[in-house]
Amino acid sequence: MASFYGIDLKSRLLLGTARYPSPAVLERAIKASGAEVVTVSLRRESGAGRAGQSFWSFIQALGLKVLPNTAGCHSVKEAVTTAHMARELFDTKWIKLEVIGEADTLQPDVFGLVEAARILCEDGFEVFPYTTEDLVVADRLVEAGCKVLMPWGAPIGSARGLNNVYGLRSLRAHFPDIPLVVDAGLGVPSHAAAAMELGYDAVLLNTAVAEAGDPVEMARAFALATEAGRAAYLARPMEPRDMAVPSTPVIGKAALGD
Amino acid sequence: MKIFLNDDAHEVDPGTLAAALDSLGYSDRKIATAVNGRFVAAAARPRTTLADGDRIEVVAPMQGG
Repeated sequence: MASFYGIDLKSRLLLGTARYPSPAVLERAIKASGAEVVTVSLRRESGAGRAGQSFWSFIQALGLKVLPNTAGCHSVKEAVTTAHMARELFDTKWIKLEVIGEADTLQPDVFGLVEAARILCEDGFEVFPYTTEDLVVADRLVEAGCKVLMPWGAPIGSARGLNNVYGLRSLRAHFPDIPLVVDAGLGVPSHAAAAMELGYDAVLLNTAVAEAGDPVEMARAFALATEAGRAAYLARPMEPRDMAVPSTPVIGKAALGD
Repeated sequence: MKIFLNDDAHEVDPGTLAAALDSLGYSDRKIATAVNGRFVAAAARPRTTLADGDRIEVVAPMQGG
């Protein structure tokens, strides 16, 4: 069972709620994924607009744990203020902290991230930092009070999978007791399985499901892959070898040659 | 006086953030607010006095990844 800030979860798949063809498809995709945590955000709303209010009703009806994000924030101040707004709006201490440093890759500004994480952790937030696989940054985030780390697999929405398997494996080895979630960049279920086979506690994805031809079926596929990857990790995979080793025993083979 | 709400200019009577939000159609809405980049909690809106030129941000829940 995965555990984040004292909350135990059976599902190791966290799902984003953006970019689905319709609310009905989103609802069915969430159900098919088995996710117990969904990510949400906040945006400006006019006095006449009702989009936010109807989405709020939709989210409440799901009865799931909500993880608000600070998506689109490029400075510490912006991210911290957004986190405060999210805490009030969604009535949760959880915050997926994003401080974006580079527009093309949406790479985290890890310096701003650490600073914002420190401010928010001191203020009682339970921070899920969207970070890179950098070990030193991860150390600083843990020092700042983060009890979960969420390294990227690849740039957000890129569907490239795990760009740096070595880095992600190192992170897992260095932080055996910190829940680790691969967040962003997954494109197909095998990417999720690969992350779980590395011993990651969970995966967080959005676009790979939302923009699939059939989001509901893709949500189900990701759920299966996440579970398969976890089971494989627990089953302790064999080590790769350079040379072949016959799987069928040679002893007792009939002597039929010349 | 003139205030800016989500970048749009509005004329409102001098008063509090809560009063301005009421007059602009946000009564009983699930929103969060900031004034001049600083978070203002819902409970603090009735005692937050606005000044001419203040920039207010009003956000609501929305889909996110």
